[in-house]
Amino acid sequence: MSSVPMLEITGLHVVFGGLHAINDLDFTVDEGEIVAVIGPNGAGKTTFFNAISGMVKPTEGQIAFEGRSLLGLDPNKITSRGIARTFQNVRLFANMTVLENVMVSQHCRTGQRMVDALLQTRRFRTEEEQVRARGKEVLGFFGTRLTGYRFDQPASVLSYANRRRLEIARAMATSPKLILLDEPVAGMNPVESAELTGLIGKLRDEMGYTIVLIEHDMSVVRDISDRVVVLDHGEAIARGTYAEVSANPQVIEAYLGQSAKGS
Amino acid sequence: MTVTGDFPTTQGTSADAASRRRLLDQDWQKLVRAGGILALGQVFIALSGMPVNFDRRLLIDPILSLGYLSLIWLPLVVSYWVGREQVLEGMTAYARGGRDVLAGAIAGALGNAGLTLLVVGITHFDIRDPLVNWSPQLLAILHFEESVWLGAVIWPVIGAATGALGGGMHCASTRITRTAVIAGLTVFGAAVLESVITDLSQGFHIEAVSDWLYGPKRGLTYPAAIVVAVAAIAVMAGIWAYRDSAMRAGLVGSRQSPAAPGESDRSRTVWRRFISRRLLGYALVIAAVVVLPLFLGRLTNELLANVGLFILLALGLNIIVGLAGILDLGYVAFFAVGGYSVAVLTSPGSPRFSPEMPWFGALFIAMLLAGLVGLFIGAPVIRMRGDYLAVVTLGFGEIIRILLLSDWLSGTFNGAQGITNIPGVEVFGLATVRGFEPRSVLYLVLFFCAIAIYVSWRLENSRIGRAWMAVREDETVAEVMGVDTVSAKLMAFVTGAVLGSFSGAILSAKVGSVFPHSFAIIVSIVILVVVIFGGMGNIPGVIAGAVVLIGVLGGPNQPGLLQEFAEYKILIYGALLVWMMLQRSEGLIPSVRRAQELHIDEMNQDAWLRAQAEADDATGGGGGNSSVGEQP
Ligand SMILES: Nc1ncnc2c1ncn2[C@@H]1O[C@H](COP(=O)(O)OP(=O)(O)OP(=O)(O)O)[C@@H](O)[C@H]1O
Ligand SMILES: [Mg+2]
Repeated sequence: MSSVPMLEITGLHVVFGGLHAINDLDFTVDEGEIVAVIGPNGAGKTTFFNAISGMVKPTEGQIAFEGRSLLGLDPNKITSRGIARTFQNVRLFANMTVLENVMVSQHCRTGQRMVDALLQTRRFRTEEEQVRARGKEVLGFFGTRLTGYRFDQPASVLSYANRRRLEIARAMATSPKLILLDEPVAGMNPVESAELTGLIGKLRDEMGYTIVLIEHDMSVVRDISDRVVVLDHGEAIARGTYAEVSANPQVIEAYLGQSAKGS
Repeated sequence: MTVTGDFPTTQGTSADAASRRRLLDQDWQKLVRAGGILALGQVFIALSGMPVNFDRRLLIDPILSLGYLSLIWLPLVVSYWVGREQVLEGMTAYARGGRDVLAGAIAGALGNAGLTLLVVGITHFDIRDPLVNWSPQLLAILHFEESVWLGAVIWPVIGAATGALGGGMHCASTRITRTAVIAGLTVFGAAVLESVITDLSQGFHIEAVSDWLYGPKRGLTYPAAIVVAVAAIAVMAGIWAYRDSAMRAGLVGSRQSPAAPGESDRSRTVWRRFISRRLLGYALVIAAVVVLPLFLGRLTNELLANVGLFILLALGLNIIVGLAGILDLGYVAFFAVGGYSVAVLTSPGSPRFSPEMPWFGALFIAMLLAGLVGLFIGAPVIRMRGDYLAVVTLGFGEIIRILLLSDWLSGTFNGAQGITNIPGVEVFGLATVRGFEPRSVLYLVLFFCAIAIYVSWRLENSRIGRAWMAVREDETVAEVMGVDTVSAKLMAFVTGAVLGSFSGAILSAKVGSVFPHSFAIIVSIVILVVVIFGGMGNIPGVIAGAVVLIGVLGGPNQPGLLQEFAEYKILIYGALLVWMMLQRSEGLIPSVRRAQELHIDEMNQDAWLRAQAEADDATGGGGGNSSVGEQP
């Protein structure tokens, strides 16, 4: 597998009406990497994730995961291929419990049928047990924050930081190879953010996931990313290590232009 | 977060001298508004004809008829509502007292002045033409068969009295008001359930009880009403006392604040007790349900069989709406498919095709057909969302009825004449279930209800059940998390369809005939109201909803306990739905999860805190973002 990148995207275009949200983007990720995607607001970062996870149809281009094309697949099929994601604007199943949130996302890894549930077959019971155990395991990744009595709390009562954690746990529970994190530390305080940065490192080092993350917090990007890709107006304007990219005049221009226009 | 519950709260009753308000320090605008709303409501009730139609139905023998109750309950509710004050965390709580009683009285009096206007207006001006429900009896009821002037004066007085009572409820502690409300409802229940209780006491050969309870005009006798109220109060007092002692022993308390790490051992034993008590409760309920029909008379068994048919329908719709979140307004289609399949397959009177199958065989085919129709209706609507989906399902529900009615298929379904002569159910040579033996029908219904409950329960706690809930919560995200949403939604449709077809199949055997008009839109709506009223996504809730609504008010074509309400059934269904949506969207018995959704109270609390924080910021007070919610 070493010759084929885990995720290979070539010539990707996403057009909404007249808006070119992604413009001729090439992008690869190798197994075991942590790649950061940065760029000013509206650069097309989330749209890029949406295209990979099948939520928007690319206008043009190729997306291949482990050498096989993802184009035309429903999002759930892409997830079962091994790509999971979180959402920038946390989207948990608010009225389901914490544990149910991570149980339901194992859907594509389980195979019980309705008959099994009705007859309470052995297959049903062992599988339910496994699903529950695996759910508790991924929640345990965040220490005691999502365990114990939290298992049975509805997701809606969690604090903001815990909701973000649960989103990551829910993505982990799909047993992916590649995890796409959309601004995982947004809205967290510096302590929480540093802690989560450490955990993202652990996700790769101990759990073996490959990670692509979108992040505005440059300290996080600096600390954990192997490579950085900078998007602006849907185009990749720079690539390289954090040090290389942060010295790139075009990148500085894009961010400065943004802050001069905005706020 | 604010802790609400059964604990004696300090809110409201804590007499803080500094925060006591003067008697006339009222929110006049609010009072006038409430009075106006109440006046409109009272006039509407009066002109809807309820007081006249219900007048013959006595609740407490000489003094209170259902007719007068229909004119008394609203002032009580509105004046209570007027006095409601949400004391948010950080606000000053005012002591309650005479001011609240006065506020209730004013609102009640203002509101009932609407009736005064009505009485005066009707006698002095000819407004009878536009008011179709006006009748001399209404006037007689409104002025107590005395003079017009009495009628004009007495209603505001009655309004003030009931209003004072409603407003005064805020002065007493929660326990006292709750006990009072429950005692009142028990008396009302005992009066309303007259036919069932009479029936039961005949079944158990204790007619003396019902003879003593009820007078010749079906109402509770005076002393009986008092005894019932006292008994209810005694039971409530017992429950409070038990809770207190349990709380002192630390039992209830640890259930409320679950498992602090050190406490886990103790809370586990609490859990065990709780569970075993629940199991015991279930066992008792099941035993009662199985044994009770033996002691019930025809009328009650018939009533319960109707309730059971709607429990089946509601459980089926609950899978589609409550679990999978698909707003299906055409659920009656599956009811119709079940009913007509069995009719065609079993009745010798079926025009084209009459295999005269046994009922169970026909049921099997009905299930298959319903499942197919579920797929057929489901497939096109599955990609739609929200409003569009609801409208399309509404259309499909009608299409089925119109097809059954059509000339084109009248060779098979006999059009408006329907299919008659449907035989009963042969239960494998053991027994025969026939419509004129309501008890046997009831047992058949109960059997299928048990199946439906089991199916709902097992599926809810399984892979597909979780997938349904995820689709309900956020379909897009469910899809991205690996749930095949298309097949999950189709399975919801098919499962719901099959459960609905049970009900139709039993209906046709029970009634012995089916007609297209039995499957009108209103049936879909009523089932939906039952599900919403009971508590979407919650099995006990849905059952309770069916028992209360169908049992008391009756189904669209079935009489309920309060046959007087028959004309107003749909009105009441509508009013209940509106009220439910505004005040208690999680239903009568909320499912555990929905109960924890953000309530309007909590949102108010958050908004208030935020406003405070902003005010602080503006005055150069505290900085930083104060977050509401749990601590990490
Ligand atoms: N479904 C859609 N339909 C139309 N336009 C869209 C859609 N999704 C995104 N866009 C537009 O595409 C552009 C890129 O949006 P995107 O959300 O990808 O930006 P982003 O880089 O994630 O920004 P941010 O940093 O604010 O999250 C924006 O102009 C946005 O308005
Ligand atoms: Mg974004």
